[in-house]
Amino acid sequence: MATGQNIVEFHGVSKRYPGSGDALDRLDFKLGHGEMAFLTGHSGAGKSTFLKLIALIERPTRGNIIVNGVNLSQLKRHHIPAYRLGLGIIFQHYNLLYDRSVFDNVALPLVIRGLRHQDIARRVRAALDTVNLLKKERAEPITLSGGEQQRVAIARAIVCKPFLLLADEPTGNLDPDLSLDIMNLFRRLNEVGVSTLIASHNVALIRRMNRRIIHIEEGKVMSDAIPGPVPA
Amino acid sequence: MSRQTPQPATNKRTGPQAGLLTSLGQNHARAFFFSAGKLTRHPLSSLLTALVIGITLALPAALHLLVQNMDALSFSWERTVQASVFLSDDLSEEQGRQMATRIAEHPEVEETEYISREKALAEFRELSGFGAALDLLEENPLPAVIAVQPVATASALQIEDLLKELSLTKGVDSARIDQSWLERLNGILIIVQHIVQALALLLALAVIVTVGNTIRLDIQNRKAEIEVMKLLGATNAFVRRPFLYTGVWYGLCGGIVAWLLLQIVLGVLSGPVRHLAGLYQSDFSLSGLNFEATVLLFLAGIALGWTGSWWTVTRHLQAIEPK
Ligand SMILES: Nc1ncnc2c1ncn2[C@@H]1O[C@H](COP(=O)(O)OP(=O)(O)O)[C@@H](O)[C@H]1O
Ligand SMILES: [Mg+2]
Repeated sequence: MATGQNIVEFHGVSKRYPGSGDALDRLDFKLGHGEMAFLTGHSGAGKSTFLKLIALIERPTRGNIIVNGVNLSQLKRHHIPAYRLGLGIIFQHYNLLYDRSVFDNVALPLVIRGLRHQDIARRVRAALDTVNLLKKERAEPITLSGGEQQRVAIARAIVCKPFLLLADEPTGNLDPDLSLDIMNLFRRLNEVGVSTLIASHNVALIRRMNRRIIHIEEGKVMSDAIPGPVPA
Repeated sequence: MSRQTPQPATNKRTGPQAGLLTSLGQNHARAFFFSAGKLTRHPLSSLLTALVIGITLALPAALHLLVQNMDALSFSWERTVQASVFLSDDLSEEQGRQMATRIAEHPEVEETEYISREKALAEFRELSGFGAALDLLEENPLPAVIAVQPVATASALQIEDLLKELSLTKGVDSARIDQSWLERLNGILIIVQHIVQALALLLALAVIVTVGNTIRLDIQNRKAEIEVMKLLGATNAFVRRPFLYTGVWYGLCGGIVAWLLLQIVLGVLSGPVRHLAGLYQSDFSLSGLNFEATVLLFLAGIALGWTGSWWTVTRHLQAIEPK
């Protein structure tokens, strides 16, 4: 199976939650190395389910998912932690930890990897610098604005240089200006080579990003294209 | 394409890695101090838990001390055991003294001392505190006694034979060595020792359950945090580590509390015990936990704390997965 060009491949993937219809229905999908794509669609279309399957929070009912050359259905339970170390995950309900500083939050993935103190400090500062929050490293997350907290979450996701960045509604509760800032930040990260998959129902915003948009409706891909220039 | 790795697991190697041991050491040190920090954030509830564990640990330790002290007490009495030969009142003081000298020639006898009726009365008056009661009696009720000190190497059987021989001697009312109560005490001590062991086992279980329950609540409170860590790629072992160290901290603090409680009890009791021993002309004094027993107490606390948290964490952590 030629998977060399793609970081993510879905082959006939279905997901059915117990007691409900198909959240995803025989889906085929490919994301190339270094590519950035948006998943969009109405609430309940299956966007979150899509990302959860890649993060191995859920397992597909049918079909195969291949990420970075690894068939996820063959990945044993005890290999999941090592697999997740390669992902950068920004999910709504996986917030910052409010009992520790911004620095310690961003450091967490590095601590999990067992890096040395000196390396951790260097890489945390580099990640905070990328999201423009170097000055806030000592702050408690609760004292930050919504946009700043989201940027800390992004710093935490990129601090380990993931091969794939997954974000679910990363601008969910942010006002339009901040939302644009965050999306631009993702685009900058993608420009330096990070493969990125973002779920967002904010069509107007993502159309301005000039990237591939996959429209999902009732678990099926309705359209998959890079939009033309947005009329001013 | 060149960035592709065949196995996600190899992503572990990103970045300069310290030697495995250094990084392992750092991981454990981090969990150790992190869990200590967690405990100091809620000092009151941590202290209460440590207190409960401390009291639970102090109980068997205190009983152990009780047995240890009673054993020492009976031992010191065994060493100073004396046979008493009560003389008939027909015997004159002169004859009594001669008999004492004769008995002292026995190979099993170290020394003898003749105590006249008057001296016996005087000693009794002084030691018993019943002086006033004795004054009511018209004549001295006490017989003359020869105190016989057997040699240290004399066996119980030899002493028994000696007593039998002495009691048959003319002019002797009776000869006895009051050791049966010592044997009874020893029997009781052995039973108490078994009770202490059984109790220690039960209380050890209680410590495990206490720590386990505290950690279980801790896990519930930090469910969201655990899910985040697992989503970031933390292994079960990584998530488990700070909880295990929390258990170790609880156990150690409980051990220290138990030790302090014992010191307080010993401090309060030592004065009255010394006074009481003085009344019986004994230099007996309460012994506390020696160094080994103290270390053992702390180690027991740590081991039980670790066991309690390990037991809880293995049961509850696996079930918490990101949703
Ligand atoms: N844990 C779950 N249990 C049962 N049904 C679920 C669960 N998660 C999602 N669903 C259902 O699956 C469908 C897709 O949900 P989701 O992937 O969250 O969509 P979106 O993120 O696009 O809003 C919805 O109909 C939703 O009700
Ligand atoms: Mg969703």
